[in-house]
Amino acid sequence: MEAGQPAQRRAEGARDGARPLLSVRGLGIRFKTTQGIWQATRRIDFDIAPGERVGIVGESGCGKTITGLSILRLLPGNFAGLDGKILFDGVDLASCSARQMRAIRGKRIAMIFQEPMSALDPVFTVGHQIAETLRVHSNIGQEEARAKTLKMLRRVGIASPERRIDDYPHQLSGGMRQRVMIAASLICGPQLLIADEPTTALDVTVQAQILELLRDISETSKTALMLITHDLGVVAETCTRMITMYAGEVIEDASVDEALVRPLHPYTSGLLRSLPHLSPRHGRLPSIPGRVPSIAEMPAGCRFRARCAHATKGCEAEQKLQDAGGGRRVRCHRFAELNLPGALHPPDAPAAAKVATQ
Amino acid sequence: MTAASAEQRREPIVSVRDLQVRFQTSDRRATVKAVDGVNFDVRRGETFGIIGESGSGKTTIGRALVFLLNPSAGAILHDGIDPTALSRTEFQNHRRDYQIIFQDPNAALNPRMTILASVLEPLELARVGSRAERERQAREALERVGLPQEFGERYPHQLSGGQKQRVVIARALTLKPKLIVCDEVVAALDMSIRGDVLNLFADLQRDLGLTYVFITHDLAVVSHISERVAVMYLGQFVELGPTEEVAERPLHPYTIALLSAEPRPLPSAMRQEGRIVLQGEVPSPIDPPSGCRFRTRCPHAQPLCTERVPEWRELKSDHWVACHFADRPNFSPN
Ligand SMILES: Nc1ncnc2c1ncn2[C@@H]1O[C@H](COP(=O)(O)OP(=O)(O)OP(=O)(O)O)[C@@H](O)[C@H]1O
Ligand SMILES: Nc1ncnc2c1ncn2[C@@H]1O[C@H](COP(=O)(O)OP(=O)(O)OP(=O)(O)O)[C@@H](O)[C@H]1O
Ligand code: SF4
Ligand code: SF4
Ligand SMILES: [Mg+2]
Ligand SMILES: [Mg+2]
Repeated sequence: MEAGQPAQRRAEGARDGARPLLSVRGLGIRFKTTQGIWQATRRIDFDIAPGERVGIVGESGCGKTITGLSILRLLPGNFAGLDGKILFDGVDLASCSARQMRAIRGKRIAMIFQEPMSALDPVFTVGHQIAETLRVHSNIGQEEARAKTLKMLRRVGIASPERRIDDYPHQLSGGMRQRVMIAASLICGPQLLIADEPTTALDVTVQAQILELLRDISETSKTALMLITHDLGVVAETCTRMITMYAGEVIEDASVDEALVRPLHPYTSGLLRSLPHLSPRHGRLPSIPGRVPSIAEMPAGCRFRARCAHATKGCEAEQKLQDAGGGRRVRCHRFAELNLPGALHPPDAPAAAKVATQ
Repeated sequence: MTAASAEQRREPIVSVRDLQVRFQTSDRRATVKAVDGVNFDVRRGETFGIIGESGSGKTTIGRALVFLLNPSAGAILHDGIDPTALSRTEFQNHRRDYQIIFQDPNAALNPRMTILASVLEPLELARVGSRAERERQAREALERVGLPQEFGERYPHQLSGGQKQRVVIARALTLKPKLIVCDEVVAALDMSIRGDVLNLFADLQRDLGLTYVFITHDLAVVSHISERVAVMYLGQFVELGPTEEVAERPLHPYTIALLSAEPRPLPSAMRQEGRIVLQGEVPSPIDPPSGCRFRTRCPHAQPLCTERVPEWRELKSDHWVACHFADRPNFSPN
């Protein structure tokens, strides 16, 4: 199997019918708020096979992070309930005991958090925090843990790790903290790594190095990667599949190449057309007109309807995530008749301006 | 534009001279030279971009620009005056005009305050208008960044990363400062909202004449929004010039490597190789390499680069670079 050929890879993976490592079914998450119960996500379905790298994209607030957190059962205090199943290697994480969960978390499933400053404890040195993760899950001494920590810090590109290992988080730059988080997540060799915006705090050369590391680890150790990001370039270069979410639902699931060239859902297409480097310099950036509906006014039927240029009568009906052939799925009944532009169809300038000022 | 306003635009809103910022390491035995001799002006009404290596000192410069930390050496002038020479109260008032929005929104939001209260806070401190007026302005600011009404009553932990970042942006904008340092403010936002927020920044600049210093790792964003851009490596500027110049005709080998590493949202069949992968470890700002700091990773390094620090020179009009060989034609990426 060759690297850099995601489409082919995906097809092969599907053919061997490898049992998915992670299988999420009908996942929904509710929160208690002062305005009542808030259904943050619903009907989330997807699978990830061992060694597969899946990008999760979607608008800010659509539920990417809480989906990741729910897999680790790390939901915040006002969490009000969860529907569905989260099957990890045959165990339902949604209903397993807290003890079982502790044995899995950090060792078999690790997460790189979106906000490294809040994930690192300010009162401990970074070296201590990484070494502790290792010592909780394996029977090794302090010396050995420190040596492994140094090695991992070097691997994620920290210069002079022996001088940084005893630093406290506030002494590191944003990007260094992020690399420390990445080192901590990889130290136990997890089967599934959930990486929430792992490289947004990094410059593109370090980013390229980290993405290379993640790809390498997924290929050599069959670590499955769930990569949450807003950067479609990162998805294109790292992932084999792309799942798009909107307003708490999965709306499209396809191989990266297919999603980029020929998106089937109007929201995915809109996202691809909002890429800044496709727009004229210093002009207005195209964006999708309108706003995500507020939870109080979530429309019945397609949740993208109010912003969709292709909405028709049938869109008022509930949309199912349907099979679109070739292993693709989409939540839009019009997918077959719409011929939507992807990343390769730069919008002509006047049309882009119209979109932005609408 | 009248002659007078053109004249005004030319006078820098910020002048940075030989700026140095040093920190002690935790064992107190060494010094981190986070910023080591940087010179630049920010022109009134422009957007000045700063890109560069992780840990090269971008945030430290940003913090120094708004006097959240004091330079270890060198000077920063606001509108030609030295803010550290002001009296305490004058300094407090002055400061309101120079704001910073941070990389990590959690650091800026009080977890025990509702979103609305957080956005109201600076307006209250500045005693803007009546209570009702302040509340109207705060709600309007939230609306502008695309957060529905219901978010006002929530607490920071109940928001997604991008939603928190938008609250912090709304908060800084309510005060209508003269200059805002934006440190990675759109990284947490999806493409469509990012477009909205950048358009909002541009509108405010046009309407209120704001000046921005935009720190980002996103080259597409910086080339879209800024007139000029500086490239940082290990505590120093290595290149500074008009954005289009730097993006299309970069002079410094580090800039060339940086531009080539930008990930592109293209299908695998269309992605070109040609990425310059920098070899070698990132040196530490505790003991930077002698001569040119980039020499340990530079594909063009020569013996001279070890011996002599390259001069910071204006190789083309308004386009500065620190590299001995930047005038050699074979440097360009293709
Ligand atoms: N503790 C909470 N209480 C109430 N609502 C919450 C809570 N945590 C998250 N939410 C809401 O759930 C939704 C999904 O949040 P999530 O953090 O998963 O978004 P996201 O897709 O990761 O967004 P971003 O790209 O901005 O990080 C958001 O609208 C958010 O406001
Ligand atoms: N309070 C501090 N104590 C010690 N060292 C510090 C402190 N703050 C920053 N540094 C160091 O100064 C250098 C520059 O840090 P800075 O945060 O300015 O980098 P940056 O360019 O913003 O990086 P990034 O892109 O990763 O955010 C780094 O080596 C960092 O570790
Ligand atoms: S179902 Fe209708 S409204 Fe929804 S995305 Fe498809 S065409 Fe647009
Ligand atoms: S001075 Fe030498 S080492 Fe430095 S960037 Fe130029 S060629 Fe490379
Ligand atoms: Mg998130
Ligand atoms: Mg920074």
